[in-house]
Amino acid sequence: MRLLIVEDDAEAAAYLTKAFREAGHVADHAADGLEGYAMAEGGGYDVLVVDRMLPRLDGLSLIRSLREQNDVTPALILSALAQVDDRVKGLRAGGDDYLPKPYAFSELLARVEVLSRRRAAPASEPTTYRVGDLALDRLAHRVARGEEEIPLQPREFRLLEYLMKHAGQVVTRTMLLENVWDYHFDPQTNVIDVHVSRLRAKVDKGFEHPMIHTIRGAGYMVRDTAR
Amino acid sequence: MTRRADPGGQGAAAQSIPRKTTTHLLPNLFRTTAFKLTAVYLVIFALFAGFVLGYVAWNARRLLDDQIRSTIDAEIQGLAEQQRQGGIRRLVNVIERRSRGPGASLYLVTTPVGERLAGNVEAVPPGALDRPGESEIEYARSVDTVETPSRAIVRVFVLPAGFRLLVGRDVEERERLGVVIRRAAGWSLLLVFVLGCFASWFVARRVLKRVDGMTDTAQSIMAGDLKGRLSISGTGDELDRLALNLNAMLDRIGELMAGMQQVSDNIAHDLKTPLTRLRNRAEEALRTAKSPDELRAALDGSIDEADNLIRVFNALLMIARLETGRIQDSMDALDLSEIVSGMAELYEPLAEEVGLSLVTEVAPELHVSGNRELLGQALANLIDNALKYGQPVEAGAATVVVSAAPVGSEIELVVADHGPGVPEADRGRVLERFVRLDQSRSKPGFGLGLALAAGVVRLHGGQLRLEDNAPGLRVVISLPQAQPKPVDMHEGGALPASTAQPNPAGLQSA
Repeated sequence: MRLLIVEDDAEAAAYLTKAFREAGHVADHAADGLEGYAMAEGGGYDVLVVDRMLPRLDGLSLIRSLREQNDVTPALILSALAQVDDRVKGLRAGGDDYLPKPYAFSELLARVEVLSRRRAAPASEPTTYRVGDLALDRLAHRVARGEEEIPLQPREFRLLEYLMKHAGQVVTRTMLLENVWDYHFDPQTNVIDVHVSRLRAKVDKGFEHPMIHTIRGAGYMVRDTAR
Repeated sequence: MTRRADPGGQGAAAQSIPRKTTTHLLPNLFRTTAFKLTAVYLVIFALFAGFVLGYVAWNARRLLDDQIRSTIDAEIQGLAEQQRQGGIRRLVNVIERRSRGPGASLYLVTTPVGERLAGNVEAVPPGALDRPGESEIEYARSVDTVETPSRAIVRVFVLPAGFRLLVGRDVEERERLGVVIRRAAGWSLLLVFVLGCFASWFVARRVLKRVDGMTDTAQSIMAGDLKGRLSISGTGDELDRLALNLNAMLDRIGELMAGMQQVSDNIAHDLKTPLTRLRNRAEEALRTAKSPDELRAALDGSIDEADNLIRVFNALLMIARLETGRIQDSMDALDLSEIVSGMAELYEPLAEEVGLSLVTEVAPELHVSGNRELLGQALANLIDNALKYGQPVEAGAATVVVSAAPVGSEIELVVADHGPGVPEADRGRVLERFVRLDQSRSKPGFGLGLALAAGVVRLHGGQLRLEDNAPGLRVVISLPQAQPKPVDMHEGGALPASTAQPNPAGLQSA
């Protein structure tokens, strides 16, 4: 994955670039809004990570300008402004995700990977997600492991649907709260973990290979370990 | 590098506030309240004086006229009697005699063709004698005064054989009265004006001086002298009352500032505690860790500690933001039922994990105007607290009840547990930042959850109160009910929790 990091704080930028490279991605860096715009316009990036407050051209204007050029490269906004309406403003400007500072790198990495995958994904979602012998039929609302049907509550279904949609990718707790419950605050306690362990009890219990894996310090991942 | 003294500091701040001085009293005078009031009173008094004098003049004139008329009537009766008894000759004689008397009335007797037979009137307007009855005419007593006629009320009486008898009285008295009254009017107007101006000057000087004094004090307070207070003259008048109230307000502001100081001290203290812990942990690891694994564990712990600090900061910033109340533009029409059932559903597995059952009683279609994120978070905090502190005491049931229902024009949202509850004396206090009761100190947390929830509720124009659930705590939120939102199928995101359908659109917005 090719990333462009637009961040004026040199230390933060160096940290991010290094961390993304260690995670196996190609990361370029632009130190201000105009440079970032020029580099992004040159194209070829899978995801843009844009700080909101930048010299010369602020992050929101940068993204808005790109969108006006019909450039739909997914953009994640990093911001020290973390209030309720700041997120709305960010997404309205054309941002695809919003992460308040300070953040855990694992959270940023998970979100950026999801964004880049979205770009590569075909325009129409498949009606059935399959991971190993686990299948989720989005139209019939049915989940089966091999031949065995697994009954799920509606919310468990949505949880599994989200996890399977991003199979092979780390999904953090906040991403789950955002996408399954549509709330953006910090869950603080282990509410999400309890939901996942319930789901796990239904999906993985009694099967040889677990599908739902806990990624320490980051979140969860659905992955087939049978092969 | 040398340290440069800052000569501007205090002086610049003082100059930036335009100082009003009393040297420009006169131009200011026209803009003062005192002047405007005086002008209004001036007009009112002038109108009043004019009305009184006019009324007096009109009545006096009518009285005089009536008197004149009755005199004339009496004389005419007398003269007609004379004429009946002694014919025209006798009448002429009587009139000749009466005409010469001092203060005599006006008399004139003419032949039917208008020749003057007797009387003390030399000239009357032509045709005046042809109209019998009463009229007001101009006349001349002698040839000399024809050019400057006087006015009189006269009565013309037609005698037998066409002789005319005119009897009248001069209205000079009435004219004199008019002059007197006009003069009185002039004087009183002048007096009203002079007194008004004087009063205006007096009031302006006295009141303005005190108001200017207040302005000066206010300016010195703004410049930083927070101990300054307005002076009280001791008369107990309006200005004194104003000054007393303003002083009370200043005292209150002082108290609030002291309170703020206290809060920031507390915040500093409560933030220092986890910072100290973080530092100690790192130091400890440096000193004692033998293996990479131990170091790693210490670093993990440090990151957790740092995350906690970030949470505290976020919560504090959010509370501060809520207190300034600048969130009005992110208010939407919401269905509280969806938020409550969604949150209850979110916490239900956690409740089960800690051995409590979460009971939800939510009425459908509870419309409020608000911010879904904030209300959701406030409710999450309350449920989280209930699960944390709601382990039942003795007889209590192991349940946490979350309910929402309309009560009058409001919606009441209740989170009730059967835990140890909060003593009545502490119920106000626990809503403040960082206040944690002693028995809860062993649990994780920072004492910000309730403060945040209370801030959210206040921002939504509602109230949050703590009640006794006997046993346990009942947190009651009242929110004003709003008009239902028009159905909008394209509204993204929020799905009612009761809807079993997955939301592909929502999922794609990841």
